[in-house]
Amino acid sequence: MSLAASALTIDGRLTDASALLERGRITAICGPNGAGKSTLIEALAGLLAPDAGTVTLDRVDLSQLPGRERAKRIGYLPQTHEIAWDVPVRNLVELGRMPHADRNAAPVDAALRALDIAHLAERRAQSLSGGETARVLLARVLAGEPEWILADEPLAALDIAHQLALLAHLRAAATVGKGIVLVLHDLAHAMNHADRVIVLDQGRVAADGLPSEALSAATIETVWKTGVQWIEHDGWRALVTAPRVPSS
Amino acid sequence: MNRASLIFAALLLVAFPLSLLAGRVWLDPATTPNAALILAELRLPRAVLAIVVGGGLGAAGAAMQGYLRNPLADPGLFGIAPGAALGAVTALWFGYSASAWLLPLLALLGAGGAMALLAAIAGRTGGIALFTLAGLMVASLAGALTALAISMAPNAFAMSEIVLWLNGALTDRSWREVAIASPLVALGIALLWRSGHALDALTLGEPVARSLGIDTRALLWLLIAGVGLTVGASVAVAGIIGFVGLIVPHLVRPFTDNRPSQLVLPSALAGALLVLVADSIVRILPLVTELRLGIALSLLGAPFFLWLLLRMRRGLA
Repeated sequence: MSLAASALTIDGRLTDASALLERGRITAICGPNGAGKSTLIEALAGLLAPDAGTVTLDRVDLSQLPGRERAKRIGYLPQTHEIAWDVPVRNLVELGRMPHADRNAAPVDAALRALDIAHLAERRAQSLSGGETARVLLARVLAGEPEWILADEPLAALDIAHQLALLAHLRAAATVGKGIVLVLHDLAHAMNHADRVIVLDQGRVAADGLPSEALSAATIETVWKTGVQWIEHDGWRALVTAPRVPSS
Repeated sequence: MNRASLIFAALLLVAFPLSLLAGRVWLDPATTPNAALILAELRLPRAVLAIVVGGGLGAAGAAMQGYLRNPLADPGLFGIAPGAALGAVTALWFGYSASAWLLPLLALLGAGGAMALLAAIAGRTGGIALFTLAGLMVASLAGALTALAISMAPNAFAMSEIVLWLNGALTDRSWREVAIASPLVALGIALLWRSGHALDALTLGEPVARSLGIDTRALLWLLIAGVGLTVGASVAVAGIIGFVGLIVPHLVRPFTDNRPSQLVLPSALAGALLVLVADSIVRILPLVTELRLGIALSLLGAPFFLWLLLRMRRGLA
């Protein structure tokens, strides 16, 4: 029940990156801009052929798995919110059923309800706000009922209330055994909501472990080159940044 | 069959008998001399061919717009129509225009050559940008060779024949052209129709389509074959008839829910309707020589394209 990247090297964007991901957990991938986060999650989704190394799903090489089989088990949400045609929301969410080649309404309705967008089902895509679009696109992933949900910056376009609602929903999915892998820019979200954090720096894995270890102030200082401090309140942690004074 | 298909099928059923009667001479089955012969040997094959050609061009346009996720895509841009035209021009250049099968055969070979070139350049990776650029290059190469053939025509007669032929028409077509084009166009439309669900997935971009299990390379091959058969066969029997593939999907889209898969079949029907009606109109127009169908549709298509650009500009502004 694992998704594993071993010694991945991809075109200068990832170098010798390994990670063993387990179901039932939320794993966050963090790192500065250009660190290779999107490349890693695309490779884990089976969308990029590595120059070296392999991605395996339950010990089977992902590149050997038929496309539809892979699609049934791994749902992928990219960072960009491209919707080319002004189609109804329900049809967009139904695209998630494509690997199953069915029109099962139950998972589509469940996904619409889970993301609080059932009332938008008959609306057209181009009439939605940015936050609504983000939720519709995630609902498309949920409708496919994959074992793994790989999402690149799923919180970026959401307001704080919807961010927390979405994280709660992903937690519930992890609790029932799904593997959740998220690229997150917001380190406090990663610290508070992930079970595990992988920090990438210039295409290499710089840290991998519990959030409190992988996102320690010292690691952040090294990787992001910014002085920070975590402050704790009621078991939640917040990040305070301290601008670095240029040393003379 | 969706609502748009039903609407355009019904309109086609009305237009078809009317187009049989329409012409410089309006046919009255009771009084016109040789009415049965005119109908069976002139009007009927011409009307059927209009439906075949229009259907193929409409479906090809809908599929290409879906694939490129761009409402301004026209199947003529991707080298297949110019390739077929080059084949036909070659036949005319060598004076084979009188040979019944040679011109369409060479045109089909030209379309096949353009398809093979497209597949060789872009088929391995399946990328949209590479496919578009490859198509544009094939189109301009075939266009340049066609222009070369015109400028070096062996005699004035061949030159005028080539120029006339390039402005497509359905004048004096017979059951022979119907027999050549219909099986190829039917197969092509079937392939394009089959690509529908993959085109729907592409609505969310290429990475998502691939994550949904779509083989984008297989899709590209399917589209090259589908567009090659429909457009290649159309050009082989009727010459270049532009703008149908561009206009028709736009006319049809408001009758659908905008999903590319829902557009292919009604666009085939609407394309058939458009070419059938346009061809009837050029027959009725009181001109000394019949207005070429290709010219008539371009006269209609260019202003439509401008209107489309203006509307899009307003939408983007």
